[in-house]
Amino acid sequence: MARVTVDGIQVEVANGSSVLQACEAAGKEIPRFCYHERLSIAGNCRMCLVEVEKAPKPVASCGYPVMDGMVVKTDTAVVRKARRAVMEFLLINHPLDCPICDQGGECDLQDQAYSYGADHSRYAENKRAVKDKYLGPLVKTVMTRCIQCTRCVRFATEVAGVPELGATSRGENMEIGTYVEKALTSELSGNLIDICPVGALTSKPYAFMARPWELKRSDSIDVMDAVGTNISIHARGAEVLRILPRTNDEVNEEWMADKGRFSFDGFRRRRLDQPWVRAHGKLQPARWQDAFVAIAHGLQGVHGDRIGAIAGDLCDAESMVALRDLMVSLGSPNLDCRQDGARYDTTRREFYTFNTSIAGIEESDALLLVGCDPRHEAPVLNARIRKRYLAGRYPIGVIGHPTADLTYGAEIIGDRPAALTGLLEGGLAFAEVLKSAKRPMIVVGQAALARDDGAAVLAACWKLAESVGALADDWHGFNVLHHAASRVAALDIGFLPGRGGRSVAGMMSGGVDVLWLLGADEFHPARIGPDTFVIYQGHHGDAGASRADVILPGATYAEKPGTYVNTEGRVQRAFQAIMPPGEAKEDWRIIRAFSEVIGMTLPYDNLDAVRARLTEVNPVFGVQGLPRFGSGDRSGPAGDVAALGNAAFAPGIGDYYLTNAISRASPTMQECSRVYTQPVVQAAE
Amino acid sequence: MLSDKDRIFTNIYGREDFRLAGARKRGDWDGTAAILARGRDGIVAEMKASNLRGRGGAGFPTGLKWSFMPKVSDGRPHYLVINGDESEPGTCKDREIIRHEPHKLIESALIASFAMGAHTAYIYIRGEYYNESRNLQVAIDEAYEAGLIGRNACGSGWDFDFFIHRGAGAYICGEETALLESLEGKKGLPRMKPPFPAAMGLYGCPTTVNNVESIAVASTILRRGGAWFSSFGRPNNVGTKLFAISGHVNRPCVVEEELGLPMREIIERHAGGVRGGWDNLLAVIPGGCSVPILPKATCDTVLMDFDALRAERSGLGTAAMIVMDRSTDVVEAIARFARFFKHESCGQCTPCREGTGWMMRVMDRMVKGRAEIEEIDMLEQVTRQVEGHTICALGDAAAWPIQGLIRHFRPVMEERIAAYKAAHPSGVKGAGLAPTPSNIPGNTLPVAAE
Repeated sequence: MARVTVDGIQVEVANGSSVLQACEAAGKEIPRFCYHERLSIAGNCRMCLVEVEKAPKPVASCGYPVMDGMVVKTDTAVVRKARRAVMEFLLINHPLDCPICDQGGECDLQDQAYSYGADHSRYAENKRAVKDKYLGPLVKTVMTRCIQCTRCVRFATEVAGVPELGATSRGENMEIGTYVEKALTSELSGNLIDICPVGALTSKPYAFMARPWELKRSDSIDVMDAVGTNISIHARGAEVLRILPRTNDEVNEEWMADKGRFSFDGFRRRRLDQPWVRAHGKLQPARWQDAFVAIAHGLQGVHGDRIGAIAGDLCDAESMVALRDLMVSLGSPNLDCRQDGARYDTTRREFYTFNTSIAGIEESDALLLVGCDPRHEAPVLNARIRKRYLAGRYPIGVIGHPTADLTYGAEIIGDRPAALTGLLEGGLAFAEVLKSAKRPMIVVGQAALARDDGAAVLAACWKLAESVGALADDWHGFNVLHHAASRVAALDIGFLPGRGGRSVAGMMSGGVDVLWLLGADEFHPARIGPDTFVIYQGHHGDAGASRADVILPGATYAEKPGTYVNTEGRVQRAFQAIMPPGEAKEDWRIIRAFSEVIGMTLPYDNLDAVRARLTEVNPVFGVQGLPRFGSGDRSGPAGDVAALGNAAFAPGIGDYYLTNAISRASPTMQECSRVYTQPVVQAAE
Repeated sequence: MLSDKDRIFTNIYGREDFRLAGARKRGDWDGTAAILARGRDGIVAEMKASNLRGRGGAGFPTGLKWSFMPKVSDGRPHYLVINGDESEPGTCKDREIIRHEPHKLIESALIASFAMGAHTAYIYIRGEYYNESRNLQVAIDEAYEAGLIGRNACGSGWDFDFFIHRGAGAYICGEETALLESLEGKKGLPRMKPPFPAAMGLYGCPTTVNNVESIAVASTILRRGGAWFSSFGRPNNVGTKLFAISGHVNRPCVVEEELGLPMREIIERHAGGVRGGWDNLLAVIPGGCSVPILPKATCDTVLMDFDALRAERSGLGTAAMIVMDRSTDVVEAIARFARFFKHESCGQCTPCREGTGWMMRVMDRMVKGRAEIEEIDMLEQVTRQVEGHTICALGDAAAWPIQGLIRHFRPVMEERIAAYKAAHPSGVKGAGLAPTPSNIPGNTLPVAAE
């Protein structure tokens, strides 16, 4: 520890801390532009200059290491003058376009100019203008506003792992860009908008939409993947205008993936905003009462085991527990949440969660990815892997076909289960790497479990984890990486076939007579038998709705309070940001209302009661946060390792930008898909 | 006055053979193994005793710098990097060493590398010095051939490799940390210090960066002794030094002299005097374009060494004197420097990136007098805002010449502004007066500067 005196206040900070950190510990605000605590230090804006006793010149506090006994002054004439000077320099070539700048109201340059700048400009020469750059469909650039802090360059290089941004030319002519103009190929590019301290990089879809003070902010959880990114939904009236990440060091730090950030324009398109009932082969608009009556009619005389329910990937836990209770009341054992047919063993929770925890990745010292592509299935989690990778000495092995550059160096061990066998039997060199690691991690993807031999893959991965010492009293290195946001909650609730019940596959082709789809769109509706009576409850007119006999309009995640469990098994709550459109309702209320129509009233009338019911079904829903745990019982999940097949592991998701009903309805995501997955053929030079 | 027997660089004009045979005749590579046999500590102690101050401009004691290198390697290799990116306008001394005395440089590099535990030395040569780098490469090849460097250099048991890296024409790459970045293949942007190169330099390894001249004198110092070297000059400003004299003199030249001689004596004896006689002198920039200018009155008496010039609020810099006679437009001369620094600023940190352009634009107007009197003060303040607030010293270098100009030639600037005003009565459309806070509130619209 080093004792530092900041403006007369004594603080103790860790050795190796920067002067800026010491100043913050002393409660002193140090203005800065280029410094960002999650990026490397550049020290180029010079805004954080402070005086250090015995130093001949003011020092840049962001990059200056503390020393024991150091005396720092942050509020002297020299410091104030230096800050005013830097502000003046930054502003001489900055355009005075705040009234039409989207950063206005949340601009570091604006705020700090007020606090530390002078009241007028002495610069009488012409200002510099810089040509705008094209960075893709998400990030808008006004490069004249750029103050060359290089946060974006460092973010792209360090966190996103795509070293595509850089500075060209020098001096006044220095420009940030992609060298050769192209769209940034990162799933985290939206974060550039957040880290840019000025209005140089702003959101393209949000351009000229609103001022920050007009927006109502609601805390929520991203459901575009299973990471459970903490988000803040910014809405004005009935419209979501943007989504920003919230800081949660245990989950997403302060990043979020592009799909979660930009897909919200799908909320207003292809929406189911009123009930529909199929009559004479065509869907007709209906009232709620008519829809309920039609369902009651469809259920009439159908035995419980001929009724089925499938929960989709975006569902909140409340609606799933309500639907499960309804199905139990109807006597149906046919429940399933696994549209992809993944095979789990739910006897113990650790068989289907990411037990190391996302923050725990940083403590691991070797990693094996089995049949997953974290860059696309969980971009924010992938950034955490890259963070650990950059810290050094982190061997990463991959079994399967990652669809693109994972953003870190990884050794492809094999593409099919034989590699797993090889590691188990020690025939492959990487087995030694895992064995010699103190805290190895094995991550098996959802897609790897959705194979015919999924149970065997799961069992093999557990067995491997056990054999290489990934399971210890204080370390749990066995992880399942989901990409469906609702999946872990559904497994916790037990939204799975009961005794003698049918799975998704069993409910297809006439396996049941009545099928209730709760936002289930991820299988081809033609698989459902022609005589099955289909109820689709959900928010978008996607695959499931097209086949429905009755449509019940539900709410998206932004339109209802909900509970989500991420891939780690972390229970998180989202608040309602806006009202559902038209006649649409919160999903659990729809189910509760219907239960009354058929005289099987579910025993809860408000959100608290549903959540109490959730906790009753599984106590994990009452747990706040996620304590780290080691592994206790080492016995593995059901599944015969010998049954491993020979097919190559396939990618879990095809097109990252179009993985669910909301993103498919989003014009922004459609545009991203067009730009990124169908690259334009470039002319040869 | 330095006698010929005390010259270190005896072939500085290239009249003799620069190759190994010629170099041996001049005493290079004589008993190098014996020098190395004195051990690391012995060599560093001798260098410290010589009181040699770095010849690149900052004047940091060379022996002390060498002693900063870790005594025992922690597993990382050590590097010696020689800064031959001599890009400062007016400075052309290292060039003569590289092309005419390459063996002196290579031998000294071997000794220096040995003294800091480095097996590898790089020299970063200014890109324009193509022929010079060819000469050096010839010398390196000869030295390898003769077993003087390479494995078991000079039979000392020390392995030593020497590599040339040619720059691509950026002045900023002469800054030691920018040079390291450039050497690593990156853009030449200066690094934050600390950590200093001795702890984290080239490829993150302990590194010493020295000027060509600082290294090249080492072999002679070790041969003739630190006491011999420090017998020249004044205390704290000892030794011999290459001076480059350019501009309005009769015979521009590079010459080795002892430190602490009067500037006038050096110019008159070696450069044939100022064009038109000493009384025709206007001013001298004593150490390359980045130090403040000195008017004739100061030049009459000033001594050429670190402390004497500092006392006159200038600096020895690289000891490259730029002599200007009375025909010089001194404002234009400094404006040209402002343009140079604006062009060479790397753009990394704010004060230099924005400040150099601002200073250049104001200076360009000052040349014509198209400015206000109070803008001189504003310009002075801008230079103060740049100075000392940047990552590297380029900001200081850009600020000092203008400060020197204002300090010594303010009346010239004021006269010019007055003359311009007289020729362009204000209020006349298109007068081109720059809008300043004092004239913006007036009833005429501001006219943008060019």
